[in-house]
Amino acid sequence: MHGRAPGAGSATMGQASAPTWFTTPAEARTRLAERGYVADDALAMSVFLAIRMGRPLLLEGAPGVGKTLLAQVLGEVFDTEVIRLQCYEGLDLAQAAYEWNYPRQLLELQARRAGDHPVATDGIFTETFLLRRPLLRAIDASNTRAPILLVDELDRSDEEFESFLLELLSDFQMTIPELGTVRARHRPVVVLTSNRTRDVHDALRRRCLYHWIDYPSFDKEVDIVVRRVPGLSDHVVRRIVAFTQRLRAEELAKLPGVAETVDWAEGLRALGVADLEPAVVSATLGLVLKHHDDIETVRKDLLVKLLAAGAP
Amino acid sequence: MSGPSVAHDVVGLARALRAAGVSVGIEQTESFARALELVDATSRREVFLAARATLVVRREDMPLFEAVFAAFWSGDPDAARARALRRERAGVARRPETAFAAYMAEKARRDDPEADVPEHAKSASAAERLQHKDFSRLTDDELASMQRLLRELRFEPARRVTRRFVAARRGKAFDPRRALRSSSRLGGVLPTLPRRRRRLKRRPIVVLADISGSMEIYSRILLQFFHGLTRLHALTETFVFGTRLTCITGQLRMRRVDEALDHASAAIVDFAGGTRIGDSLRAFNRLHAGRVLRRGAVVLLVSDGWETGDPAALEAEIARLRRRCHRLVWLNPLLGRATYRPLALGMSIALAHVDDFLPVHDLQSLKDLSDHLARLTRRARTTGRHARSGEAIVA
Repeated sequence: MHGRAPGAGSATMGQASAPTWFTTPAEARTRLAERGYVADDALAMSVFLAIRMGRPLLLEGAPGVGKTLLAQVLGEVFDTEVIRLQCYEGLDLAQAAYEWNYPRQLLELQARRAGDHPVATDGIFTETFLLRRPLLRAIDASNTRAPILLVDELDRSDEEFESFLLELLSDFQMTIPELGTVRARHRPVVVLTSNRTRDVHDALRRRCLYHWIDYPSFDKEVDIVVRRVPGLSDHVVRRIVAFTQRLRAEELAKLPGVAETVDWAEGLRALGVADLEPAVVSATLGLVLKHHDDIETVRKDLLVKLLAAGAP
Repeated sequence: MSGPSVAHDVVGLARALRAAGVSVGIEQTESFARALELVDATSRREVFLAARATLVVRREDMPLFEAVFAAFWSGDPDAARARALRRERAGVARRPETAFAAYMAEKARRDDPEADVPEHAKSASAAERLQHKDFSRLTDDELASMQRLLRELRFEPARRVTRRFVAARRGKAFDPRRALRSSSRLGGVLPTLPRRRRRLKRRPIVVLADISGSMEIYSRILLQFFHGLTRLHALTETFVFGTRLTCITGQLRMRRVDEALDHASAAIVDFAGGTRIGDSLRAFNRLHAGRVLRRGAVVLLVSDGWETGDPAALEAEIARLRRRCHRLVWLNPLLGRATYRPLALGMSIALAHVDDFLPVHDLQSLKDLSDHLARLTRRARTTGRHARSGEAIVA
């Protein structure tokens, strides 16, 4: 089993160059870091195993901790296409996998009628009339090299869709009645994310490797901000991170994620601030907090306290 | 047992986890075995991370996993530790249930209708009379009849438009898929224009019911109503509160009313004392809202509005609650009384923040509520600060 890579198990081995997969968890960590994604050893292990074992990676965690970003960075690391399927309620096969281009087919039929074509429905259920949606595109893309398939915010879809996904993920093939079965040549690397607004079903969880992404530690978050927003002084970065980290201990409707910290740091860099003054913080709080109530609470009661103690 | 032997006892670890209450499937055990071939199996950290990535599928199980793994790696894999853990876990889960069992269980048992209550209200006129009888003035006999009527009540929840389509003869939109099917059968002729419309789905109902002293005469019968609601609509979530909030959805899912109420009452932690609506709503907003207020939920808040907590907190929480749900309906049994005016401090504050203010004092009011929710489907929520009052329905 050593050295087994995604796609190696499928019937046809691709001749195109396969991405060079990670050989150790430590390598996963380094190569992600090179692209500016700071992962701890636990996440690096999950990513490494998911890729090497050809299993989907299910990421859960609060919004803005880098779940989606991980998939995008993986695409960069392996220099392969990232195909994103954004889930929403009511998402169905037609939007997720494929759909026939009915207006075009109808026009074709009309045109043929005019020309007294003998067999009306011949040749309208072909690839020309097929609209490819992300899941089918992921299978198609796998012809050359394994893509990254990002199924984003799975918790927003309906349970029916989850069971369809479960089926697809098990063998990466899809049957289109009019066309036949299409199969992934190189198994895509699948990343599923969930914000936990709904519990993802156990059957799907078991098919995946599971990882909970927590808010990062102070040092890790400093590291992330330094990498993502270069050009800020160390002092300011530490003050920014200390502030958001303390915000997370408060009772707020929506806690700031790492994404908010980074946004805020970018904002402050653009303003060219040398230190976190209460007035600047107050004016830019909208980059960190996304609820009016939260902003008011912090402005009124917490600002001085949160800024007081400096870096922890 | 030394460290590396964990690698050879994959099954043992899986079993210890199961014994501790973490559900581990065979597929996962296989994954773990495969993962071990890919990592450094002599490194405790690597084995630990590989095991966690493959064997644990939800965050809640992580601490338990860590304990079991530590015991396992240190060469103490026997079940004793795991059993202790499981006991501890079960203990934690069970404790609140035994707390205030007596009070409510007693009440629920008294009005158990399923076994030996003689048939009353058989005549149409008796049933008719009960439609408008205030729940608080029912005699014991009438109470039994009322319970039967409640069981027969067909409650129609609000619906919402989904993104999915269904074929519909009078739908607003053209249905290209069916058009193609029918026209290709007829060689390009389109005999009729097929149509479709968006599918409607029931909205989830979230009940937040005040069961404090001042609501006592109503809570008994209303809990029955919520039981019926939960049985009828799987998406119903029920919470009760006095000074603290308790979720009783699981208990209400039981089939038999008396059993369900027994369990529900057992789960309720507080009963005596005042009403802290603000604090209870705050607990709801913080702990449960994210999970249960999805899919455009309708919230039924049942209370007489006697708030003993901080009115400012109540106002903030109720405003937050309203922003997060599709519709906030305040049900007040006292509104059924002709002389009632919403003067209680909590009530007057809340009125500015609810979409509807309706009575729930008799059977007819429940039916009216059902009708009202059914009419909501396509109507946008009120934008004004003030609720549409229930007067039209009361009258």
